[in-house]
Amino acid sequence: MKIVIMGCGRVGGQLATLLDSAGHTVTVLDVDAYAFRRLPTTFSGTALIGNGIDEEAQKRAGIKEADAFVALTQGDNRNIMAAQIAKHIFNVPRVVCRIYDPLRQEMYSKLGIEAISPTTIVAQIFKERLVG
Amino acid sequence: MYIIVVGGGRVGYYLTKALLAEGHEVLIVERNAAYCDAIIEEMGSICLRGDGCETATQAEAGTGRADMLIAVTGDDEDNLVACQVAKHKFNVPRTIARIRNPKNEILFKKLGIDVTVSSTNIILEAIEEEVPTHPLTHLLTIRDKGLEIVEVKVSPGSSTVGRAVKELALPPESLLFLIIRKDQRPLAPVPETILQAEDQVIAVTGPQSEEALRAALRGD
Repeated sequence: MKIVIMGCGRVGGQLATLLDSAGHTVTVLDVDAYAFRRLPTTFSGTALIGNGIDEEAQKRAGIKEADAFVALTQGDNRNIMAAQIAKHIFNVPRVVCRIYDPLRQEMYSKLGIEAISPTTIVAQIFKERLVG
Repeated sequence: MYIIVVGGGRVGYYLTKALLAEGHEVLIVERNAAYCDAIIEEMGSICLRGDGCETATQAEAGTGRADMLIAVTGDDEDNLVACQVAKHKFNVPRTIARIRNPKNEILFKKLGIDVTVSSTNIILEAIEEEVPTHPLTHLLTIRDKGLEIVEVKVSPGSSTVGRAVKELALPPESLLFLIIRKDQRPLAPVPETILQAEDQVIAVTGPQSEEALRAALRGD
C-alpha cells in the first residue's frame, strides 16, 4: 500500500517505521525537519517537510496515488482538517486520524471520518490495570 | 439574535462590540484567561473561558439555541472545527468562519461552512486598488446618492481601442465625463470620441455596475 502519514512525532515516526519494514510505500510529512530524527537509518520511505493542512503539501506527498492517509499531529483540529482534505478533496480510500478529545472523536466518526481517541483507550487500559 | 463568537482576539473583540451595539445577544468563547478578564471588565459577563472547538464548551455556551456562530480565531483549522461542531452537533443555522489562507475558501465551502471571510483577500483587494496598474480605481464615493466616481485605464491590448464611445456597451447608470490622454488636454467625451490606448477614463457609476463598466471600457 501507498501510505501518507502527517506528523512525525513518537506515534507517527513509529507507525512509519513499522509500515516501512512491512514493505509499504510510506511518505511522512512534518513541518519540522528535526522530527525526522525519529526515523531509523534503515527507513526507505520519503520524509517531506510540509504542512498537511495545505492541499499543495498533500499533493507533493503523492496523496493522489495514496491508498491511505493518517493524521497524527498533536493538534486535533489540524488532524481533522487534514483528514477531511484527504477524504473529500482527494478521495483517498482510507483515512484515519487521531482526535484526543473523545467528544470530537465521536462526532467526526458519525460524520464518516475514521477517528481514534487515545484518551479513551489509554484511560481504559489504566483503569483495567488498577482495578480490573 | 443570539450569536456566539469564537475567539476573543482583536477581530472577536471589535466584532462583539459592533454586534452588541446592534442589540444582539452575544457570547465570546476565549481560551486565554487574561483576554477573558479584560473583555468581562469592559463589556460585562459576556465571555466564557474555554476552547470553542470542544463540544462540552459549546454545550455550556448554549449553542443549541444560537442563531449564528462566528469563528474568528487566528487559526483556520480551529475556525473550521468550531463551525462544524456548531453545525453538526447543535444544528446552528448559520456559521461563519474567518480564514487566513485564501486557498481554504473553496475547501471550507465544500465542508459545509455557510460563509467564509478571508482577511488576507480583503487586505489584498484594498491594497490593489491603490496600485496604479489596477484596471479600476475608486476616486470618490457619493454615499447618499449611492454613486461613485472611478477611473478606468484603457490598456493597449483592449479591444475597445479605436472604437467610439457610442459603440461601448456601457451599463445604464454609468456616465463617462472625462478622458485624460497622454500629452493632451483633458477632454469631455462625446458619443463620437474614439478611445485610445492608455486613456484614463473618469466615470460616475453605481457600485453594482462597476464590474460591467470596467468590462465595457476594456472590452473583456
